[in-house]
Amino acid sequence: MITGADAIVRSLENEGVEIIFGYPGATVCPLYDKLSKSKIKHILVRHEQHAGHAASGYARIKQRPGVCMTTSGPGATNLITALGTAYMDSIPLVAITGQVSSDLLGRDVFQEADITGAAEPFTKYSYLVKCADDLPRIIKEAFHIASTGRPGPVLIDIPVNVQNQKLEYTTPGEVNLRGYKPTIKGHAGQIKRICKAINNSEKPLICAGGGIFAANAQKELKQFAEMINIPIVSTMMGIGAVPTDHPLYAGMLGMHGKNIANQAISESDLLILIGARVSDRAVLLPANVGNNTKIIHIDIDPAEIGKNLSTFIPVVGDANQILTQVMSAQTERKSDDWPGLLRSKKSKIKIDYNPRKFGINPKGFVNLLSGMLPNDHIYCADVGQNQIWSAANCQIRQGRFLTSGGMGTMGYSIPAAIGAKLADPDKTVVAVCGDGAFQMNMMELGTICQHNVDIKIVVMKNNKLGLVKEIQRNSYKDNEIAVDLTGSPDITAIAKAYGIPARSIDSMDVAEEAIAEMIRHKGTYLLVCTVDENESSM
Amino acid sequence: MKHTISVLVENKAGVLSRISGLFARRGFNIDSLAVGTTEDKNISRITLLVEGDDYIAEQVTKQLNKQIDVIKVRKLNQDEITRRELVLVKVKMSSAQRGEIIDIVKIMQGQIVDISHTTLTVELCDRPDKIDILIELLSHYNIIEVARTGIIALQKGAESV
Repeated sequence: MITGADAIVRSLENEGVEIIFGYPGATVCPLYDKLSKSKIKHILVRHEQHAGHAASGYARIKQRPGVCMTTSGPGATNLITALGTAYMDSIPLVAITGQVSSDLLGRDVFQEADITGAAEPFTKYSYLVKCADDLPRIIKEAFHIASTGRPGPVLIDIPVNVQNQKLEYTTPGEVNLRGYKPTIKGHAGQIKRICKAINNSEKPLICAGGGIFAANAQKELKQFAEMINIPIVSTMMGIGAVPTDHPLYAGMLGMHGKNIANQAISESDLLILIGARVSDRAVLLPANVGNNTKIIHIDIDPAEIGKNLSTFIPVVGDANQILTQVMSAQTERKSDDWPGLLRSKKSKIKIDYNPRKFGINPKGFVNLLSGMLPNDHIYCADVGQNQIWSAANCQIRQGRFLTSGGMGTMGYSIPAAIGAKLADPDKTVVAVCGDGAFQMNMMELGTICQHNVDIKIVVMKNNKLGLVKEIQRNSYKDNEIAVDLTGSPDITAIAKAYGIPARSIDSMDVAEEAIAEMIRHKGTYLLVCTVDENESSM
Repeated sequence: MKHTISVLVENKAGVLSRISGLFARRGFNIDSLAVGTTEDKNISRITLLVEGDDYIAEQVTKQLNKQIDVIKVRKLNQDEITRRELVLVKVKMSSAQRGEIIDIVKIMQGQIVDISHTTLTVELCDRPDKIDILIELLSHYNIIEVARTGIIALQKGAESV
């Protein structure tokens, strides 16, 4: 007989878990006690929300569920924003929360929160474990649900007495949930219709979303586009699905995207959406899509198809599988007129490197930064103007672009970068955030130091909540309210207090040299870039 | 337009809250919802009546299907189903009105299931439109309380969900 806590640790080991991001408390103490005897590494974060974000960054790079763990009550509720962020971006997480003793449930005892109820809209599934015997099966199911189909966060809430209950551990068999059988392979008839539609189109266009990464289909997407000669645009979540310098890539679409990508959408006669939700930020609703544009929508989640755009050919399945199926069917190679047209338009786009009267030029800066970083670097962008500058101007060649696309959660970049670095320590990982977002996650500098995580941090400092300020300027007659960050500390001094080398620059003349110094430095480094508060995001 | 949707779900704690939460979150309007067990004690059937166009009906079906605990979802064709609802109506009456009410109940093929000096409780199990008629007729008297179960439905003939 072993305890419930033992069974949890053993189950996590069986799932191949190597790292858990967490923050302890009374109701997870039995579990922490047993975890200390396991090979699983625990990363103590400085705020529970960041345990979730770090697990998200880890999951996106490792291609397997990230695991985070907190105590009951406030520990669990602090996790909700991270669960919501992961849910919106379809990131696989397994979140374990402690809970008060099951015989006290519902009595509002100390640190009790109905977390399965509260997190319900933000989780793919959740469990409240009532009996230790169920733990091995539940943990196996949780990893299965989180990582298959459309990935997402799964919550397991475990009362403290269940962690102490004795059970006979039996290895659970194959997961079999009769209500959950995701479709992987595309319907053969629909594959034929796709090929026919491509052959009959003059200006086909692929729109790649985050689903490409979930399906690990970057290679297949590139092959498919090159084979048939179809240009590609991406959503924010799809940045890096093909290298941003690929001749067929026209850029990111949407409200903050490239004009050429948006024009391509309205001119195209066949839009092939792959793993993209086409939310309001991506496509300014049907107005942006040409009247005669037919839409092929490939998604593993049938509920996404037809939700935001009406679809000509819906195909449910895994993007990797479906692209492979389409490539093995007969499709003819398209002429180069349409891709050539977009290519020549793209070649005329010049990244804005113009010097500013005051401060650095953030658009040129992120382009320069990502250009100087190794080809396979991981770029974590936060939320705000810095996200738009980054998304529109950074170069993702063989690496990844991680950001909170759906939820737009400020404070995502640094914990996500920590998770990404721990998932792949050989990669250079950079977090780019504004001074607003930095002050939401700067406590994680402690985590970085404690666990010797080597990430590069760039803080775009304008002493304002720039994106909100911009909205107030454009839509509220310049009535600037609650966006001034006066009172903020000297960020380089904060970094130095943690023993992290830091530097502040305010001119593009020194940008290249400062970036080089940051890259050269072994270990975490923080670079503050002063930006004019009136710099626009576009 | 009203759509009748039959949903087979795992008979587990929290399933109903998940599903009702889903409707609230996505702004779907539910006219009626009835839950009960089926021939398999591990499976419950939820019968929903949803107001909306075809787009809404499709979204409801897809979002329900997405739930891990939902085993099957079927939008039932209005012409091909047997629908029933049960209603209990408590009416306050004078002794002079008693005969009239009993006549109405007889014509509607309902039953008197409880009686006191001043009230009658009427039961009717029928199509929802018949139930509406009964309530309308009784509303000319003094209705104290009405309890409706919500619609349940099965396909006609040999078909099943």
